[in-house]
Amino acid sequence: MSEKILLTINGKSQTVAAGTSVAVAVIQAGITKFRESITGEPRAPFCGMGVCFECRLNINGQHHQRSCQILCTQGMEISTDE
Amino acid sequence: MNNTVDILIVGAGPAGLAAAYAASQQTDSVLVIDDNPHTGGQIWRGGPDKAPSVNAKIWFKRIQDSKLNILTNATVIDAPKINTLSINHNEVIKTITYKKLIIATGARELFLPFPGWTLPNVFGAGGLQAIVKSGLPVTNKRILVSGSGPLLLAVAAYLKQHNAKVIAVAEQAPITKLAKFTGGLLVQPAKLAQAIKLKLQTRGIKYKTSSWITSVRKENDCLVATMSVAGKKKEIECDYIANAYGLVPNLEIPQMLGCTHQPAGVFVNKNQETSVENIYAVGETTGIGGIDLALLQGQIAGYDATINTQKKVALRGAIRKAERFAIALNSTFALRDDIKQLASGDTIVCRCEDVQLSRILPCNTWREAKLQTRCGMGPCQGRICGPALNTIKGFKVSSVRPPLFPVTINQVVSEHSE
Repeated sequence: MSEKILLTINGKSQTVAAGTSVAVAVIQAGITKFRESITGEPRAPFCGMGVCFECRLNINGQHHQRSCQILCTQGMEISTDE
Repeated sequence: MNNTVDILIVGAGPAGLAAAYAASQQTDSVLVIDDNPHTGGQIWRGGPDKAPSVNAKIWFKRIQDSKLNILTNATVIDAPKINTLSINHNEVIKTITYKKLIIATGARELFLPFPGWTLPNVFGAGGLQAIVKSGLPVTNKRILVSGSGPLLLAVAAYLKQHNAKVIAVAEQAPITKLAKFTGGLLVQPAKLAQAIKLKLQTRGIKYKTSSWITSVRKENDCLVATMSVAGKKKEIECDYIANAYGLVPNLEIPQMLGCTHQPAGVFVNKNQETSVENIYAVGETTGIGGIDLALLQGQIAGYDATINTQKKVALRGAIRKAERFAIALNSTFALRDDIKQLASGDTIVCRCEDVQLSRILPCNTWREAKLQTRCGMGPCQGRICGPALNTIKGFKVSSVRPPLFPVTINQVVSEHSE
């Protein structure tokens, strides 16, 4: 697990260990609000296993990605603008 | 891309892996697909590199040696025609045709709404464990583990191992039921050893029975949980909450395929065959029964689907024992009514569409709730609020509709233009 992965979260560079999920990378970046619910509440990962969709983010330009089920890759661009 | 296989297995948790191993002894044409990035399902989440037990290592080795075809990050979205599934594999839609299908989709956690359950840092119990397995450090984090079921102890032990400060484990079941259950383990030495090991690993952690969270609020950067601890009100400050009320089977795929089922699981015969020809179901999908039962059921289905009768019959004795354990488990951790009444009128029940309980209460059926409030109609397609409303309101969650997971129009178009 010594390999490091460089990616960007909301435009800022972030380094994580290989094998880290996107959800964890975003939490480690100090972000607690992954998305805003339809009534404006902050939401963040909940079920941890790809079922609840609370952790969804924009990954490499693709909206609504379940960040808990996707592993970080080199150069990934992540944003919490949903 | 099109594929044809003899045996298609959906789910690479213990049940699916056991089925694949058994089937691979007779045929090379076996494919296992799984939504997760690694094999292992939830209990062995993270695959061979993170195998949590000797048993897990043995099974991962068997799978490695059988040279199985496994597709991870592959999500079933549709059944466009008979003996065929459409899957979304890394954002590309593919069609797979099978002779026999073994469904091993496992379980998810049962979440019940309470005030504050939608706040960030309130996770599922296995949910937080899964996130830690995916790389989240929890060193010195103050964590409250609560809900119901044997999973809570396993989660607490795991978090403690990763240097978290587990404040307490709050179990809603009463001590009387738990004592009876632990007594029953005496006749099953392997289970007793497992229970003792867990108990030791969690030594120093308070285990509170007849206790549960009634609400959570955010204060500064912390969470404050209001609890009912054996009838007394108590407040606990923490960083994370890991809370779940047991497990519910993932029934969307068998439902889509028309397999007869009830909320507790898919109906199967002693060969693990469902009501639909050429379709088997194994593991938690058929009812919450634990890992031993899942491994046995998986093997039985794998052997039956490849007409390996001798090996199948040899497992019958073991399976009866595992079934008895499952029955004891489910009665011990039966939910008390207090847990079903924690939500207040303004508590959100459907997290995708932000539907509050007061809007759902006048509805008499799941369908009515969907039509009137959009409850269950967001991206998770009722996977969280469906079982919750089945538990607290007795709604029978019916009618799944493909695509079972959201896909983009582009993906659908590219599939048909191939």
